[in-house]
Amino acid sequence: MNISNLLDCSVMSGGGASFGDKLADIGRELITIIINGLSVGGIYAMIALGYTMVYGIAKMLNFAHGDIIMVGAYAIYVVMLISNPIVAILCSIVVCILMGVLIEKVAYKPLRGASPLAVLITAIGVSYLLQSLAQIIFGSDPKFVVVYDFGAINILGVRIQVFTLVTLAVTVVVMVALTLFVKMTRIGRAMIAVSEDKGAAQLMGINVNNIITVTFAIGSSLAAVAGLFYLLKAPTVSNTLGAMPGIKAFTAAVIGGIGSIPGAMLGGLLLGFVECIAAKITVIAPYTDAIEFSILIIILLVRPTGFLGKKRREKV
Amino acid sequence: MIEQIKKIRWSHYIAYIVIGLLLLFFAFFGPTDRSTQFMLEKIAISIILAVSLSLVVGFLGELSLGHAGFMCVGAYLGGKASVILQSSLGKDSVWNLILSLLVGGLVAAICGVIIGIPALRLRGDYLAIVTLAFGEIVRSVFLNSSDSSFGGTLGLSTPRYDRNSLYIYAFVIVLITLFIVQNFIRSKHGRAVTAIRDNEIAARSTGINITKYKLVAFTISAFFAGIAGVLHSFSNYTVQSATFGYNYSIEILVMVVLGGMGNINGAIISATLITYLDTKLSTILTGDRAILQNLIYALVLILIVIYNNAPALKSFRERYNFKVLFNKMFSKKDPSHRADDAAKWDVVPTKIEMNEILSVDMKPQNLGSDKPQKGGDK
Amino acid sequence: MNDYILETKDLGISFGGLKAAQNVNIKIKKNQIYGLIGPNGAGKTTIFNLLTGVYKPTTGTFFLDGEEICGLSQEKINHKGIARTFQNIRLFNNMTVVRNVMVGLHNDPAFKCTVWESFLRLPRHFKSEKAMRERAKELLKIFDLDDERNNYACNLPYGKQRKLEIARALATNPKLLLLDEPAAGMNPHETEDLEKTVRFIRDEFDLTVLLIEHDMKFVAGLCDELTVLNFGTVLAEGDTRTALQDPEVIRAYIGG
Repeated sequence: MNISNLLDCSVMSGGGASFGDKLADIGRELITIIINGLSVGGIYAMIALGYTMVYGIAKMLNFAHGDIIMVGAYAIYVVMLISNPIVAILCSIVVCILMGVLIEKVAYKPLRGASPLAVLITAIGVSYLLQSLAQIIFGSDPKFVVVYDFGAINILGVRIQVFTLVTLAVTVVVMVALTLFVKMTRIGRAMIAVSEDKGAAQLMGINVNNIITVTFAIGSSLAAVAGLFYLLKAPTVSNTLGAMPGIKAFTAAVIGGIGSIPGAMLGGLLLGFVECIAAKITVIAPYTDAIEFSILIIILLVRPTGFLGKKRREKV
Repeated sequence: MIEQIKKIRWSHYIAYIVIGLLLLFFAFFGPTDRSTQFMLEKIAISIILAVSLSLVVGFLGELSLGHAGFMCVGAYLGGKASVILQSSLGKDSVWNLILSLLVGGLVAAICGVIIGIPALRLRGDYLAIVTLAFGEIVRSVFLNSSDSSFGGTLGLSTPRYDRNSLYIYAFVIVLITLFIVQNFIRSKHGRAVTAIRDNEIAARSTGINITKYKLVAFTISAFFAGIAGVLHSFSNYTVQSATFGYNYSIEILVMVVLGGMGNINGAIISATLITYLDTKLSTILTGDRAILQNLIYALVLILIVIYNNAPALKSFRERYNFKVLFNKMFSKKDPSHRADDAAKWDVVPTKIEMNEILSVDMKPQNLGSDKPQKGGDK
Repeated sequence: MNDYILETKDLGISFGGLKAAQNVNIKIKKNQIYGLIGPNGAGKTTIFNLLTGVYKPTTGTFFLDGEEICGLSQEKINHKGIARTFQNIRLFNNMTVVRNVMVGLHNDPAFKCTVWESFLRLPRHFKSEKAMRERAKELLKIFDLDDERNNYACNLPYGKQRKLEIARALATNPKLLLLDEPAAGMNPHETEDLEKTVRFIRDEFDLTVLLIEHDMKFVAGLCDELTVLNFGTVLAEGDTRTALQDPEVIRAYIGG
């Protein structure tokens, strides 16, 4: 399922038949696509940031990242039953961080130093585990939860849901904050050191295990925020909520260049636009997923390091 | 004479013998109830899938998450072929089965070549994602096909093949699959594939044509996945694109990992076991409890991979593993001195470095614009 | 027919701004044992990587037996007749010793057997397998490894792994054998043995050897001629004794 299918961002009909009206219609359609693209892209970017952080530092594809989004969404659902949205969001972030760190400690840490293929298979197992656990606890039917209704406003005759703007704003803020965090703080610089060379970082007195744990915590909190965005768009939670967006966001991270924070943003937005444009064209709309994945394959073949990624090479 | 019998490596032939005996048994005392027949068909399909995936994951050392995608191609194309052929050949004709199998297998093999091409440039998790993407693309294309071509959302209905012979043919195909895959692995070509897995750079410098062997491995693997797909369509009378999702690929992967990567006999046993339990459990666990199955898969996958690969468990593993226990019980052979058959390995090799996704012959002018790189010395 | 088995012309490569090797001209006569020495980071392994096609040179080219083979892929270059060993040993660790060597024999026309023949186990499959195994055993005997042939390569001690790598390279039937620090990590006794072995294979297989080594005694005892590299450029070349006594070379090694 695509996020854009769930979007409620309709064009107010012009009604008239004159050329000017038609032009205005096209204009409104364009604005709709841009706003939708930015908003869908914002969500992908938010998830992709998590992937990129973990991949850049722990050098592993955390397949379960998408499912942490689902955990976050369920956390919001549970807390909303007894409390208000703010508490729910905070709780969700805490739950996700705990979950992320737990997974890292139990499943990934024993495999540090083992083959990446083994780590990847374990990550797939964790993803599967989270999905089935969620289904056992909450059942297979989707749960309905409205976090907060921001309402809609009119811009240039186009009705726009406010949450799309919120999504976008939060994503940009998070991206800037993350970049500053990595560049400015001690922990951030330690992260860069670990991503360059674990062994050397350890020799420099950096506790590599702690840094990787912090990375997972940050990535998981981003997943919690992504889960919130999801619920704002479509107020239902199911156990497979995170699977497809997770894979697509990984696509976005790869397109932007894995390990690069602005790259994740760029890739996410690009993917968001592709999805929204494809959804508008009737002929190719059913093939939206296929188109996105084809773009992934083509980009990996033509430029495997993505737009902003660095190339590395094996020593002989 | 006795010496010669001792010399035979029974592990090479045990699978043929067991399945051969099973076939003889079926031919005379075959089960007549539909549910047992159906389960046998499913087991045969699972074995074919596991053995063919093992070739790529276990022997080439690349992770493919799109095995269900190849199966999907085979199921639709082979199913369509049998629909077309049944008017001229009759629906219970063996030729109908054989031709459909060939069509499905060959088209899947072509897809295997197409997916093998990225495999030449990408490694590790990037390739895993590409194969996953391929599986999803295939599914989406068939799902959105027109009703007259491949049935679209309703799925493709295929002819009802003769129940009492299909499961026997299925096991004959298992034998053929085993024959070809094992022969390939135990030849110089299989050795070349394992060499690529163990050390790609060394393999290239030794003159191994890695392009050829990666493509061959992917193609064989896809061909048999396609064959399994065709059998699936014959066995179920219908092909639904939803069946071939990413979860199915994972299920096949669980079979391969559980059997011990690079161990064909292990893959056969685990495929049989999982499919059998699957069918039995699905009658016991209904509704929401059915998900317990997935939970078990997930746990099995995680625990086995950690047990086999965690560096901290290395000494423990060497003391208490299957092979050592077996040797203690049945023979006095020193387990450190292994037989001259090197295709076995339970631990995933350390070939792929995560950040080394490119093959090494990148042109230097494309390199290191970000920062000056050192030469190869050090 | 050709004076030189290997001839490089202005070979050079730069990574970004760093010139790892430039204007390297090496000429090696047939059946020579030729040394390539220099301090750490001088670009020796880079030259090996250029010669085996791991890197493509930014300038210059090289000829093997008069044929320009620069720009070919690694496996093609191996087919043309250059085989190598690696500084950090690269064996097929999950295979037995004998199979490591059999991989080296893979492209030998004497053991030809197509993929289809292997699928169906036609007679040629068995014949070629058997012949390959015999040939591999012969090669292993040269390096005193035939007792270890059924052990996994990763279980061998370091010195034997180095020898196995040479055996595997030799199995590809090269005209020119590149050895990257073959004596590294060996004790004096093993080094002496290796010296004899290298001479023996040079004579027995009629090949030329180009080697990188830091052990000067080994180099002085074995090499007919050598090239000294420093900072990617040729510092001195020619007869081993003369080159080693070159004041430039001594300065590069001791520093100053």
